[in-house]
Amino acid sequence: MQTIFKRPEALAVQPTHYCPGCTHGIAHRLIAEAIDELGLRERTVGIAPVGCSVLAFNYFNFDFQQASHGRAPAVATGIKRGRPDLVVFTYQGDGDLASIGMAEIIHAANRGEKFTVVFINNAIYGMTGGQMAPTTMPGQVTSTSPFGRKTDDVGFPIRMCELLSSLRTPAFIERVSLSSPKHIIRARKAILKAFRYQSEGRGFSFVECLSTCPTNWGVTPLKALEWLEEHMMPYYPVQNFKDFEPATPEGGKDAD
Amino acid sequence: MAKVLMKGNEAIAESGIRAGGLCYFCYPITPQSEVAEYLSRRMPEVGGAFLQGESEVAVSNMLYGAAGAGVRCWTTSSSPGISLMMEALSYIAAAELPCVIVNIVRAGPGLGGILPSQGDYRQAVKGGGHGDYRCLVYAPSSVQEAVDLMPLAFDRADRYRNPVLIIGDGMIGQMMEPVEFREQEFPSLPEKNWATDGCKGRKPNVVNSLYLNPVEEEQLNRKLGEKYARMERDEVMFEEFNTGKPYRALFVAYGTTARICKTAIKKLAEEGIDVALLRPITLFPFPSERLNELAEPAEFLLSVEMSMGQMLEDIRLATCCRKPVHFYGRQGGLVPSPEEVADEVKRLLGSAKGDR
Amino acid sequence: MQTEAVFAGFGGQGVMLAGMVLAETGMNLGREVVWLPSYGPEMRGGTANCTVIIADEPIASPIVLHPRDIVAMNRPSLEKFCGLMRPGGYVVVNKSLIAVDPDRDDVRVVNVEANRIAIEAGSAKSANMVILGAYVGATGVVPYEALVETAQTVLKKKPKLIPVNLKCLEQGFELGKQARAD
Ligand SMILES: Cc1ncc(C[n+]2csc(CCOP(=O)(O)OP(=O)(O)O)c2C)c(N)n1
Ligand code: SF4
Repeated sequence: MQTIFKRPEALAVQPTHYCPGCTHGIAHRLIAEAIDELGLRERTVGIAPVGCSVLAFNYFNFDFQQASHGRAPAVATGIKRGRPDLVVFTYQGDGDLASIGMAEIIHAANRGEKFTVVFINNAIYGMTGGQMAPTTMPGQVTSTSPFGRKTDDVGFPIRMCELLSSLRTPAFIERVSLSSPKHIIRARKAILKAFRYQSEGRGFSFVECLSTCPTNWGVTPLKALEWLEEHMMPYYPVQNFKDFEPATPEGGKDAD
Repeated sequence: MAKVLMKGNEAIAESGIRAGGLCYFCYPITPQSEVAEYLSRRMPEVGGAFLQGESEVAVSNMLYGAAGAGVRCWTTSSSPGISLMMEALSYIAAAELPCVIVNIVRAGPGLGGILPSQGDYRQAVKGGGHGDYRCLVYAPSSVQEAVDLMPLAFDRADRYRNPVLIIGDGMIGQMMEPVEFREQEFPSLPEKNWATDGCKGRKPNVVNSLYLNPVEEEQLNRKLGEKYARMERDEVMFEEFNTGKPYRALFVAYGTTARICKTAIKKLAEEGIDVALLRPITLFPFPSERLNELAEPAEFLLSVEMSMGQMLEDIRLATCCRKPVHFYGRQGGLVPSPEEVADEVKRLLGSAKGDR
Repeated sequence: MQTEAVFAGFGGQGVMLAGMVLAETGMNLGREVVWLPSYGPEMRGGTANCTVIIADEPIASPIVLHPRDIVAMNRPSLEKFCGLMRPGGYVVVNKSLIAVDPDRDDVRVVNVEANRIAIEAGSAKSANMVILGAYVGATGVVPYEALVETAQTVLKKKPKLIPVNLKCLEQGFELGKQARAD
């Protein structure tokens, strides 16, 4: 008999608390697959954020730390600087990474910290009940933008990949979408590559996953996937932004 | 005005607006996000400013800025968010800026849980940020009282040029009770001639907390100290329950736990055991004087808190340990029941007998 | 005099609203009321419950360990709360979803097929009004007319829903009243 589908070893045997149709689960699986494929499980440390994925440590089968809101990149820096042999990644939502944790992510990226970031952009604060995020789409109604996001009042959604790719140091930056099998296969490749780069000692790697929050968007899981493709993907292009070797100590290659 | 049934968080939001708090900054956090959600709809109607900041660090500095420009401003948050505001709070106190900060306390330490707690007593009352400063701290025990305290908090913030904290717990925020928005009269306030609102016709103003000259820094500390002493003299608020007749024990409790003690008192009275309650409404200043008087006839005092016993220390200090001060509490988001509290009193009374 | 009722069910069954209508009715009658929701991790998709206290004197503790009455919309709620209620109280059981009987003989049981009645009345979502009506019918904690008046004002913004909800309230109320007489 041939096994064609099994639970990755890096994923814990544990039902998640995520809402039906939430894409957090897909992202978890892709990470676990990448870690298994690269054989990194026993030296991986994940950082759980504050957000719906705050309990991510229950769903993975390797070491984890739970960080305060937005500070996961600083925590990861601490681990990686202290123990460069470990494989470290942060898993962060858009409130966590692009709002309260903006300073930490930019500085970690700019220093070229050699860890991986999986950034879940679902255009809203899920955990706290659907408040506006920095990534909320123009006109999108949330519980703190009841009349729709007004760009003249709170600006346009922040594009994290574009913002971070203006820095010279990061090694790998890519945006993917979790909206369909085709996109998920691309997402899988990007996450795998990010972890491979880390295990090869290249610099900072960052994968943004366009995701859904059916519960707080107030739509069915299927409608949520459609909404993601129709509204988010045109604004947040799914593409690679950066993919190169870090500068060598001699000054070396510089891909700008 | 007729009473309306309102959730604590929404009632606080409405009362803040009616008290003239037309400039509100926030960052979402459970169990108080309803304040922000309510104000995101309501502020535009009254022409006020509503802004969700990028973090509590930012929000608290937005308060510094707005308050420094002479604007009545406020925020609401819950424990982890309040911790992030501590740096700015120290600056706000040092620069003597008025603002109101509501903390709907949740279980900690760390990320903790989202259920009710009183674990931030020490942070609120003893400082929290660095340096020698204090906040005026109110602790409502009902939705109506929370509504009534908002205008008072804004008035006192302006009058003392000092940050004012209101601490409730998740229960006060989530519970619905009938409320009435009553007009409150306050004497007129001094003009904010220190504010950075444009120097037309006057010398430039500076909002600052840097004093490199130690003599000047000492002067500021003394000035602040005198202000806190005035608060201790003039601002103490408390409620007494069942103190009119002889009692064997005295509860000391604030906020939600004070209400639980009241039910415990009724239950104990049915069994012929008389117990009284002192409920501090201001946590700083603490009602030390009255506590001392009320402690006199009691065999012992019992502090009931949703923490490991934080106010307990102030009770012991206030009474100089002349009476036994015991503690009963639940932690982690669990709320003591009136039955548990009543049983504790009986246990203590029983063992006190045994001691003799 | 103080009564406490826990309204409990799945999220989405409208138990919070039913409790709110009751609390608001009490308030309109000039009585003291508290509506306390359970909030917490269980909010997401799981069970929901609220406690409604109605009293003649200011309400001290909003936390009630042993409520007088229980209104259970689903089986987990009945199982969770029935053991806690005080002897002599009322337990209103949604028979549409709960096949078992309360395992106590010292409480008064009011059986109501809330979902069936609501569906027959034309609004599956109004089972909460059936059960609220039954609770008030059985306990008489507030007068029926006052309850109807509050329900009308609460639903003011959705006038189309008023007739069917009032019908549900009434049918529940009649069943509750009968159970009281029995
Ligand atoms: C200092 C601090 N502020 C606020 C919160 C409340 N909080 C919990 S999760 C969260 C945001 C979650 O949104 P996001 O990062 O987008 O993740 P999602 O839940 O959507 O996956 C917030 C603001 C907190 N825990 N700590
Ligand atoms: S609230 Fe949104 S992000 Fe959170 S688990 Fe549910 S669907 Fe997912």
